[in-house]
Amino acid sequence: MTTPTQQACIVGVGETEYRRWGGFADQSELQLTCAALATAAADAGLAIDEIDGLCSYAGDRNEPSYMQDNLGLPKLRYASLVWGGGGTGSCGALLHAKTAIESGAADVVAVFRGLCQGQQRRYGQFNAARPGNNFLAPFGMFSPPNMIAPLVQRYMHDFGIKPEEMAEIALSGRDNATRNPRAVMGKKPMTLEDYLASRMIASPLRLYDCCQENDGACAVIVTSLERARDLRQKPVRILSAAQGTNAGWGTGALGTHNMPVEEYGTGNGTMVARQVYEGAGVTATDIDVAQIYDHFSGLVMMSLENYGFCGRGEAGGFLADGCIRWPNGRLPINTSGGHLSEAYIHGMNLILEGARQIRGTSTSQVRDAELCLVTGGLAGPPSSAAILGA
Amino acid sequence: MSYLPAEIPGPEPLFDDEGFWAACQERRLCFQHCTACGHFRHPPRPVCPKCKSFKFQWTEAADEGELFSFTVVHHGAHPAIGPALPYNIAIVRYPSFDDVRVISNVVDVAPEDLRIGMPLSLLWERCGNGMLVPRYKRRE
Ligand SMILES: [Zn+2]
Repeated sequence: MTTPTQQACIVGVGETEYRRWGGFADQSELQLTCAALATAAADAGLAIDEIDGLCSYAGDRNEPSYMQDNLGLPKLRYASLVWGGGGTGSCGALLHAKTAIESGAADVVAVFRGLCQGQQRRYGQFNAARPGNNFLAPFGMFSPPNMIAPLVQRYMHDFGIKPEEMAEIALSGRDNATRNPRAVMGKKPMTLEDYLASRMIASPLRLYDCCQENDGACAVIVTSLERARDLRQKPVRILSAAQGTNAGWGTGALGTHNMPVEEYGTGNGTMVARQVYEGAGVTATDIDVAQIYDHFSGLVMMSLENYGFCGRGEAGGFLADGCIRWPNGRLPINTSGGHLSEAYIHGMNLILEGARQIRGTSTSQVRDAELCLVTGGLAGPPSSAAILGA
Repeated sequence: MSYLPAEIPGPEPLFDDEGFWAACQERRLCFQHCTACGHFRHPPRPVCPKCKSFKFQWTEAADEGELFSFTVVHHGAHPAIGPALPYNIAIVRYPSFDDVRVISNVVDVAPEDLRIGMPLSLLWERCGNGMLVPRYKRRE
């Protein structure tokens, strides 16, 4: 049993500038990632040398051995990488950090993600190394939008969801981004007409339903509540964190489309949702604000249902009623602009925004926010989530 | 003439899916059929997820495919796909084979006429690497 003083909390957040894909030709990915860690440590009021744990998630190329060497960490006692694709494991990495802190395996853990895609292959392009490619590439299924679109198509068909309803996710995110100086799309307001006029990428996903591709890095510092007493920031408690996948999902929509037929058009988040609420001892109605992984807007609709903010098939109405809008909606989401409009740092930037909401420092601050849900990517297992609290 | 350009990668059989592609080369669409519990599974994998048996046979699919979902791709993500745009990707369901789904394309239906639930029939097309792959047409 974790004693209250052992409880893990976020005490520092740090990020580099976020830029468009390929925007950091002048700095290496490792340099950016180290810079984000250094900023997060400074924000916490901790010396970099006190970091003794490093956690990230699948696809991260910044191996802890390089990070330790570059940052000159005197000891690295804990290092882990959550399996899975892209940002499904963002909150899973937070789970690893929490577990390390609460078990005593490490004292100060940095959770990070660095992306310099101009120096790597492009996510939105065909990747020959993807598992199961024999059943994808010969049929023109090359990229995440191709893979996710049929899921959204079936979902919208089954429940009569209208494009104007799905548009709310992109529009709300863009509106929030206009208040956020970090947001890459912050100076480009968007109207419903702009959204509907944007080109189709893979039906029913339009350009503005797909997240950006960005370069940048961000990190959070996790330590115990006891340790946090000596530090400069108000601690943000990680009340719970969970990762997992429903039975039979395999590689899900990004691989085979052979998840259980009755779960097609859902996001594979119901089990993680149950775990994360149970872990924190709260329910969906207690959540004040949420940062929901928005690689594709259609999956945000499924997340709203998976996490119990509305019933199955009801996300369209929930959106049409303005429920996700800052500041007066029932559940403002993606208050930084999210992946669609702030930047796509694989969910890590959503964790930072969740911490800001609990600190009370968001540029779209939800008044008296006490509980923030943050989720990892859906549809490519295992997914993950965390609940942050004051 | 194939639905997608010859430069698009064809299947390269490896271990678990060799039997599937071998049957395709004989113009037979087959699914793994567990000989212990009778469960069908796809794409190919070594263990039955229902009963954990490693034993299976290849059983040929009936002509019952239906369009379970689809997308019409307008933005190409492979350098050779341009001439095919816009093209569809179909998720084809086989209800009496434990709902296994095949990812493929419907070659004879215009994007605006694709309908979830529409009946489909198999046809075979050759990829640039010489391999036959299953594709679909409207079933009357
Ligand atoms: Zn079996």
